[in-house]
Amino acid sequence: MGQKRVIMGVQKTALYDLHKSLGAKFVPFAGYEMPIQYKDGIVKEHISTRTHAGFFDVSHMGQFFLEGEKKLVEALEKIIPSDLKSLKVNHSKYSFLLNDNGGIIDDLIITKTNKGFCIILNAACKENDIKHISKFLDKNHKYYLNNDLSLIALQGPKSVEILEKLIQGVSKLKFMTGNNFNYDSESLYITRSGYTGEDGFEISISNKKVKKLIDFLIDNGVKPIGLGARDTLRLEAGLCLYGHDLNEKINPIEANLKWAIAKKRKDAGGFNGWSKIKNLLTNGSEKIRIGIKPEGKVIARENTKIFSSNGEEIGFVTSGTFGPSVNGPVAMGYVKSKFSEIGTSIQLEVRGKKYGGKVSELPFYKKSYVK
Amino acid sequence: MSEKKFSKKHEWVSLEGDIATVGITKHATEMLGDIVFVEVPDAGKSIEKEGQAAVVESTKAASDVYSPISGEVTEGNKAIADDPSSVNGDPEGASWFFKLKIKDKGELDSLMSKDEYDKFCKENPN
Repeated sequence: MGQKRVIMGVQKTALYDLHKSLGAKFVPFAGYEMPIQYKDGIVKEHISTRTHAGFFDVSHMGQFFLEGEKKLVEALEKIIPSDLKSLKVNHSKYSFLLNDNGGIIDDLIITKTNKGFCIILNAACKENDIKHISKFLDKNHKYYLNNDLSLIALQGPKSVEILEKLIQGVSKLKFMTGNNFNYDSESLYITRSGYTGEDGFEISISNKKVKKLIDFLIDNGVKPIGLGARDTLRLEAGLCLYGHDLNEKINPIEANLKWAIAKKRKDAGGFNGWSKIKNLLTNGSEKIRIGIKPEGKVIARENTKIFSSNGEEIGFVTSGTFGPSVNGPVAMGYVKSKFSEIGTSIQLEVRGKKYGGKVSELPFYKKSYVK
Repeated sequence: MSEKKFSKKHEWVSLEGDIATVGITKHATEMLGDIVFVEVPDAGKSIEKEGQAAVVESTKAASDVYSPISGEVTEGNKAIADDPSSVNGDPEGASWFFKLKIKDKGELDSLMSKDEYDKFCKENPN
């Protein structure tokens, strides 16, 4: 145990065989062989999550632990614009790692633990993130990526009722908080969070016990959900996907994520790229991330060019798909800021033809988080 | 209608007089997954054999649909453009893509029979 299974350079999560037995179709994703969908297909998986509950194996994501006290907080605050000093134990924040220019190296969830912090990192970024973070740490800080742990997202309106049957007390967690729970003579860490716009949990559990947990979920009618539906769910919820909607050349203001920078930090600064971000907070950015609703059924996928109603090229799509709950196409992209007002008519160039669309409010689908 | 013939690009064609009906195969829909967008050609459009004729998109990706035979489009199936998910239901029946007035019936000779196509799919699972 401990090491993830590596075959021909492709990594597999502890649940690989289970996915296979559930009829998963696999795709290579960030060096892992991951299920893109199961037998039901993306649309049914999406709807199951919205109406009942689904589980997602997200064990490819990095579970990065840091231990240390005051100096650790100071080090992390140089690259993460959250108010980590005030973050209470078992509380989580959405944030990002920033480079010198304020560009987003990765987006992440950081949770205060008893000993320090736990950061959930994107699979494709985790190795690079750790190199970047470690530059800011000193030798007294202990840090490690825990590959002995799987990470399971349980999402959907029935999640709480089902998980409470197995692990008493989880229903008391509020959105973006977590705690340790006992399960099968093991301590596991559960947060109330997710990436679908639904109520739900992320469960950090040892590779040894994860199969047993999943068997329980399946016995209680929870469907397996692949990366395909994970993408349609998160896009309807207006959530960014790193490497598509976010990258190192985009800063949080352009990404329309200024809400994720703590107010105190906006004023006091002291983090990478602050002077640039401060300037953009005052003067606005040249381009900004928006939601897009194409007219009709046409799907505006990543890299679709966006034009103003006068035919001026004003930006491009970074994510686009069919939204099963919206029952129509949805997209996100970047446009020149003066075209970013909700309701602005735009044109989308798909296969050489221009189709109408409108700048839309995000999320496309309303959330039901438990606060 | 004639026996269906199949292309390596997973289209089927059947012939009635000089009118060919073209669609995508059940195997193709299984590979694509949930179909969410379809664009069919307008009547009057000339299409060459193996030329791009229609578009089909699933939640995963967009794909071109090629015509396994040359001809002039007499009708695109508006019903599937209005309800793309119907293609998952009956791809080799009601959810045909377009009809063509063909020039050369001989073009069908290079296509596969049902048995040959099934064998081809088994040997080329992706």
